[in-house]
Amino acid sequence: MATPVKVYGPTLSTAVSRVLACLLEKNVQFHLIPVNMAKGEHKKPDYLKIQPFGQVPAYQDEDITLFESRSINRYICDKYGSQGNKGLYGTNPLEKASIDQWIEAEGQSFNPPSSVLVFQLAFAPRMKLKQDENLIRQNEEKLKKVLDVYEKRLGDSQYLAGDEFTLADLSHLPNIQYLVNGTDRAELITSRENVGRWWGEISSRESWKKVVEMQTSPPPS
Amino acid sequence: MAIKVHGPMMSPAVMRVVATLKEKDLDFELVPVNMQAGDHKKEPFISLNPFGQVPAFEDGDLKLFESRAITQYIAHTYADKGNQLLPNDPKKMAIMSVWMEVEAQKFDPIGSKLGFEIVIKPMLGMVTDDAVVAENEEKLGKLLDVYESRLKESKYLGGESFTLADLHHAPSLHYLSGSKVKSLFDARPHVSAWVADILARPAWSKTIELSKH
Repeated sequence: MATPVKVYGPTLSTAVSRVLACLLEKNVQFHLIPVNMAKGEHKKPDYLKIQPFGQVPAYQDEDITLFESRSINRYICDKYGSQGNKGLYGTNPLEKASIDQWIEAEGQSFNPPSSVLVFQLAFAPRMKLKQDENLIRQNEEKLKKVLDVYEKRLGDSQYLAGDEFTLADLSHLPNIQYLVNGTDRAELITSRENVGRWWGEISSRESWKKVVEMQTSPPPS
Repeated sequence: MAIKVHGPMMSPAVMRVVATLKEKDLDFELVPVNMQAGDHKKEPFISLNPFGQVPAFEDGDLKLFESRAITQYIAHTYADKGNQLLPNDPKKMAIMSVWMEVEAQKFDPIGSKLGFEIVIKPMLGMVTDDAVVAENEEKLGKLLDVYESRLKESKYLGGESFTLADLHHAPSLHYLSGSKVKSLFDARPHVSAWVADILARPAWSKTIELSKH
């Protein structure tokens, strides 16, 4: 039995939960190592040695240390190709190219406006920070345009990269989870027929339900 | 010709794809897209890239968008052509992939804002917003401090050889090197040597040459 991989960071972080969803899809054993961000542990020298930008998550697997959630997920899929969901990152170069294209669309087009909205609408009130109405409006407009493209795409195929659930769909789960369940803007997703259908499918995967469970119930100590 | 790149050479994302094709010594056709006329938001372009952004890419029947997905496709599919742009070991590949994401998630948002304010706006007769420039110069400085530490350990971001992780930075490095932002590179010896190395590559010179036509 291989040593479990280590993931550093809180499950509430969207980037951490992106990696956890992938590990669960791939049936990879992991240890979650808490990083107390309220105490600034992510900016301390020991942590900066494994994540030079002082952000979560960091990932360790045998002698390799990685960061950036989307890179970690690609590595997990390559290293653990033969276990769990085998088609998660495609099985040939053409499938991979299509998945990469939609992972990039997520990272470049979907994530910037949606993460602003998640922060402003779901986190700022909890942290007693003032919301920036202008920023919210601008990013909601940007996100709507992106989702209109998704709506069309998801009318042509069941999932973003084709007819199978892949890393490209998975990458969207953390932000949409907060948008739908942690803000009053759920209709951005649910009012669009194909996007809503897609969200229903990807969020009811066992892997993601488990992540949400980890987010809502504290780990046993 | 089988490979087509749609978009204007001035676009950093188009340059990123063209530089990769030049590194790989591949023939391709550059198809102009008149962005002033809004052609990138209309058919037929919108069928190639539903987000209405340049570039779009075709290789035979395959159609792709997102410059970084295109460069990875080219580097994998044409592995035996031109210069090797990917490490051959899975662990080194993972490290390279980390730095590709750092470029896409951290460097590019800052680099493109600065490029837009300092280089593009004056070309379009618009006024540079000094506050935006100052804010992003500060962010870039902090980011480059991490690059400086990384580049002390290895010649390139992904290790000892040039990879896509370095190449993806080239368009912004090119634009910013011609501006006052260059002082941020010059103040960091390893970053400065890395920038000079990337911009001196023959494939990059050919890319710039093409952008002048």
